[in-house]
Amino acid sequence: MMDLVFSTAITFVGQATSITTFDSYALSVVVKIAFALGLFFVVPLIGGYLEHKVMGRMQARRGPVEAGPFGTLQLVADGIKFIQKEDVIPRAADKWVFAAAPGVALVPGMLIFLVLPIGPGVFALDLELGLFYALAISSVSVLGIMMGGWASANKFALLGGLRAGGQLIAYELPLILAAIAVAVQAGTLSLVGIVEAQATFTLPGTTINVWYLFPQFLGFAIFFLAAMAELSRPPFDMPIADSELVFGYMTEYTGIKFAMYLLTEYGGMIVMSALMVVLYLGGWQLLPGVPLPGCEGTGGLFDCDPMGTLLGVVITIGKIMALVFLMVWARVAYPRLREDQLQRFAWLALIPLALLNLALVGVAKVVF
Amino acid sequence: MATTSPPGVGLAKGLAVTIKHLFRYPSTQMYPKQRPDLPPRTRGVIALMDENCTVCMLCARECPDWCIYIDSHKETVPPAKEGGRARTRNVLDRFAIDFSLCMYCGICVEVCPFDALWWSPEFEYAEFQIDDLLHEKERLREWMDTVPPPPMLEEGAVPPAEAADAIAKKEKELEAEAAKQAEVTAPPAEAAAAPAEAKPRTADVKVEGAGEIDQETYDRLIAEGKSERIARSKAKSAWVRKQKEKLAAEQEAATAEERGGDEAAAAKPKAAEVHVEAGEIDQETYDQLIAEGKSERMARAKAKAAYVRKQRAKLAADAEAGAEDGGSEAGGGAPEASTPAEPADADEPKPKPADVHVEGAGEIDQETYDQLIAEGKSERIARSKAKAAWVRKQKQKLIDEGGDA
Ligand code: SF4
Ligand code: SF4
Repeated sequence: MMDLVFSTAITFVGQATSITTFDSYALSVVVKIAFALGLFFVVPLIGGYLEHKVMGRMQARRGPVEAGPFGTLQLVADGIKFIQKEDVIPRAADKWVFAAAPGVALVPGMLIFLVLPIGPGVFALDLELGLFYALAISSVSVLGIMMGGWASANKFALLGGLRAGGQLIAYELPLILAAIAVAVQAGTLSLVGIVEAQATFTLPGTTINVWYLFPQFLGFAIFFLAAMAELSRPPFDMPIADSELVFGYMTEYTGIKFAMYLLTEYGGMIVMSALMVVLYLGGWQLLPGVPLPGCEGTGGLFDCDPMGTLLGVVITIGKIMALVFLMVWARVAYPRLREDQLQRFAWLALIPLALLNLALVGVAKVVF
Repeated sequence: MATTSPPGVGLAKGLAVTIKHLFRYPSTQMYPKQRPDLPPRTRGVIALMDENCTVCMLCARECPDWCIYIDSHKETVPPAKEGGRARTRNVLDRFAIDFSLCMYCGICVEVCPFDALWWSPEFEYAEFQIDDLLHEKERLREWMDTVPPPPMLEEGAVPPAEAADAIAKKEKELEAEAAKQAEVTAPPAEAAAAPAEAKPRTADVKVEGAGEIDQETYDRLIAEGKSERIARSKAKSAWVRKQKEKLAAEQEAATAEERGGDEAAAAKPKAAEVHVEAGEIDQETYDQLIAEGKSERMARAKAKAAYVRKQRAKLAADAEAGAEDGGSEAGGGAPEASTPAEPADADEPKPKPADVHVEGAGEIDQETYDQLIAEGKSERIARSKAKAAWVRKQKQKLIDEGGDA
């Protein structure tokens, strides 16, 4: 019995070599965890800074300027401020659930960083079921949000939590359907494997290498919209809807717990962007068909020297930030939708389209 | 659905607007590092000119927040004449505005009938203790130094009553003269009939009958291809305008002579209007005050006031020089840009004249007194007027000294 479990477990781990793997098992574990945590705490800060600045400039402001050079340390300063704040728990709140909720939301966000490949060999784990793992874990976050909404003993928080639940269920479907289409085309669930498949994918009958963005643009659009809704980013931020619900499920939260929710949101933004980069934008490939300098292996994307590795990381982060910029842009440009519009859009437009997309990809996969 | 454009166009437009703003220069003013660019009539703080206040309590009663506190007592003033009735007078003991309650509606400034409350653009008086936002009389008086001079009248605005009266008076004289001349030279025409009724506020020269036009303007308009009718009517009004300017210039010169002495000197500087830009200060004064150990804020405020004073003195001097030129030009018949220096609010108390308390001592201007008595005025009237004259002279003296300093 145990043998079966182990042998099954072993097959979950992919073959691609990671720079975080060492001969010593203990060292590997430490490095992998440190790597994932580092990613989780640094990249969202970059994304948050980008959001502050871009939003500021789009609103004829400057954004942060005082903390650190050009205000780059603003989010760090905010974090310190949050830690100093009083941690208030409402008397009527369900104490344990209330306290655990931000953690339940935050930890899955951290765990996803374990499988995100952000460069050639730069990832903690390459799971055979990477995509499945990422999507499954990301849906756990909603639990934390609903727990927070319920435990706050506040009608606004409860409404926010319910809205979040409804919204996440509605948008989980198109998100997953769009991702499945990519997995079908790539023939693998491993995130590294998908990057590899994209690097070798050519338009049928030609030798032109393209990213999955091209054949699956519809899927990309669905994934992008659904991801924004999943993250409750404006214009899909009904669970927070500060003009109707005070601050939704976060209404009663203060200090570090509030910061954890915010970090979950920013971390989620990076995770979703990174998934889109991997699924549709060719991972760390600069342009379709262009191998990274200093790299060999499939499509010139693997077995890289340090220079190529670094370049790969920079390219991935750059693509992630470009997607974050798109999300911020949409946030500034559009007002919030109404809750019923949001639900209608998901069930009547996105899900049928996602199913259509999946069917088309399946047929195409068989035909070509 | 009221939308007429194809779906998605609105979404694209929204994105276009925001991306355009991304590349625009942000409109942020980097305040603590860079002085904000405030318009001169900004509502920063309320200043009190306490010697103007008669304790009428209007401001305190109208204030929607009830944040003006006034205390006063009555003083009996001995009768001016032997056997007269003793009078009572309100003396202001306390005047305070609680800026932690004030909502800057400006009602108190509007309602004060004696110009005792003014807006100042100063705004940096934040405090660590909320009690310190209660500004007492002395503090409110200090703000007075930062009040900008009143704005210049708009071009073509109805002139203030004093100026209008003076113009009307001169006009009558001129018309009487013209009538006399007309009688001598020409058969009595419309021109002679006009003067009788002429009594409007502005220098209004009746020209309809005679139909004089400004040839220059007429030619120009015709050259520009305007119709004969339009050119004629515009030239007609141009002529009237020029006539008015001429009259006003003459009037100005005449009143200056008439008044002579203090009053003329007092009237002149008023015409020159100075708009203080944020942060323009008189460096000399500033340095001096800092050296004296005054706070940075106070020094800046006073230096600003000094700057205004100097600017005004300078402009007044310029205006005087200009008025002379204007006079000769007007004689030549082509008064162009020399807008008559407005006597404007000549007699209105300026925000800044050095306050001189004279009630107690009861000093009078002997010269004025003698003159009025000689004119057969009553003793009481002569005394009060002489008193006022003394105050005026004192103030003028102080202002002159201040300007020199
Ligand atoms: S401006 Fe302030 S003090 Fe004056 S009336 Fe309004 S609230 Fe009262
Ligand atoms: S309205 Fe003017 S004069 Fe009357 S009490 Fe107020 S400040 Fe003094």
